[in-house]
Amino acid sequence: MNLLFHLGRYFVFVGKIFSKPEKHGIWFKQFAKEVYKLGVSSAGIIALVSLFIGAAITIQMAYNITSPLVPNYVISLTTRDTMLLEFSSTIICLVLAGKVGSSIASEIGTMRVTEQIDALEIMGINSSAFLVSPKVFAFVFFIPFLVIISMFVGIGGGWLSSFLTDALTVQDYTQGIQLFFIPYYVTYSVLKSIVFAFIIVSISAYQGYYVTGGALEVGRASTRAVVYSSVLVLLFDLILTQLLLS
Amino acid sequence: MIDVIGINKRFNNKDVLIDVSATFKPGLVNMVIGKSGSGKTVLLKSLVGLHEVDSGVINFDSRDFTQLKHKDRTEIRKEVGMLFQGGALFDSATIEENVMYPLDMFTNLSRADKLKRANFCLDRVNLTGVNNLFPSEISGGMQKRAAIARAIALNPKYLFCDEPNSGLDPQTSIVIDNLIDEITREYGITTVVNTHDLNSVLSISDNVVFIHEGQSWWNGTKEELLKTDDDVINSFLYSSEIMKRLRKYNQ
Ligand SMILES: Nc1ncnc2c1ncn2[C@@H]1O[C@H](COP(=O)(O)OP(=O)(O)OP(=O)(O)O)[C@@H](O)[C@H]1O
Ligand SMILES: [Mg+2]
Repeated sequence: MNLLFHLGRYFVFVGKIFSKPEKHGIWFKQFAKEVYKLGVSSAGIIALVSLFIGAAITIQMAYNITSPLVPNYVISLTTRDTMLLEFSSTIICLVLAGKVGSSIASEIGTMRVTEQIDALEIMGINSSAFLVSPKVFAFVFFIPFLVIISMFVGIGGGWLSSFLTDALTVQDYTQGIQLFFIPYYVTYSVLKSIVFAFIIVSISAYQGYYVTGGALEVGRASTRAVVYSSVLVLLFDLILTQLLLS
Repeated sequence: MIDVIGINKRFNNKDVLIDVSATFKPGLVNMVIGKSGSGKTVLLKSLVGLHEVDSGVINFDSRDFTQLKHKDRTEIRKEVGMLFQGGALFDSATIEENVMYPLDMFTNLSRADKLKRANFCLDRVNLTGVNNLFPSEISGGMQKRAAIARAIALNPKYLFCDEPNSGLDPQTSIVIDNLIDEITREYGITTVVNTHDLNSVLSISDNVVFIHEGQSWWNGTKEELLKTDDDVINSFLYSSEIMKRLRKYNQ
């Protein structure tokens, strides 16, 4: 009953996001702001996480693959495919669910409890569309860039660990990352991330938009935003993988 | 003119508005008074559909708001200026941007004209030199005044103010009261003000609606208010020392 209620209200909410904006000029200004706030400003943390994980995966692979029958380039090849298939989309989006999701839910939730959303409505502005649609489009638009950044930096992190440690040689590493490259992996990852981005923004905005009460409830909503969008990202990872890779 | 006829509103099995009726006339300052928690804010928000009433009629110049579709409601809302109890300024925008907001959304004025209008409104509320500050950088009273400036930016036909004086010193309160009074008469606005500030009631109200436990308990002019022998009203009116002394002095 409760789940059905939220599901129904969520889909109505999402429907409103796609209604025509009142003023295109203002919409684009908001869109540009959000691209910066949600996307560009996340690039740093994404690069940092990717660099370290790329390096760690390479070292772990080298540690695990000790058989003389398996050539060393398999290490970097596996690192590359792990990044392309799973890390740079799913794990990155989990990180972003924490960063972007909580910020969206608390921003919109605060606007709700301080009556700013009422103030928009009273001006005759469709508040859900006005607040949420620039965020959704901005994040969905920018997520492929973040994914690509993560792929490059992650593979770069692996290279760095081959350079700094004696896990494998730089030659083996650079040879491995060029072997058996399947471009579709990148497409697959980008497609997944677009769905994830939509989930993160719409779920978090929904949580914030329907807050009632005060600061305490805003905090709870932002926790819920992170938890629900993370779980849904994982669920859709499974579904999309089944659909796109088999 | 706004005609409220028998509206009811309940939240989770709690009746907050019970058969409330009132008439708010244009060009007059209509005040809604009553104890904290009596339902004033809910009434004001119900008028414009921020709360959906369960039954009753709300006529905006004979357009029944409760029966209108979203699109037609929007048309009425564009004629409404509203001052919220907490100000509700957009905190990611500067004061100037806040006041220009309705102008950006609903007019095709040039930027210079919008700026002129915004400055005019800010001037009206005695707020100068804060154009480029953010709401968090000015005092509570200044936020209130900025919110009034935003509410009047589009020359509203209906003006709703929820506790315009709460948190203001007596002098600034008077400035705000006079402002509300002036624009109401000047532009023939239908103004509804929620308040528990008796000084405002006595200085600028033309028509008073007293809300008690969600019911429209009494209505009349301020002169009638002071003469009434209704116990509920008198215990509300004469709870403060200053009013008690005033009564003694009058007798
Ligand atoms: N969204 C809501 N959900 C449930 N109950 C509510 C809601 N809004 C208001 N109420 C209840 O309605 C009653 C009237 O509240 P309202 O805010 O209208 O009081 P008020 O007269 O404006 O008081 P104050 O002078 O303190 O602002 C209160 O008991 C409040 O708990
Ligand atoms: Mg109130």
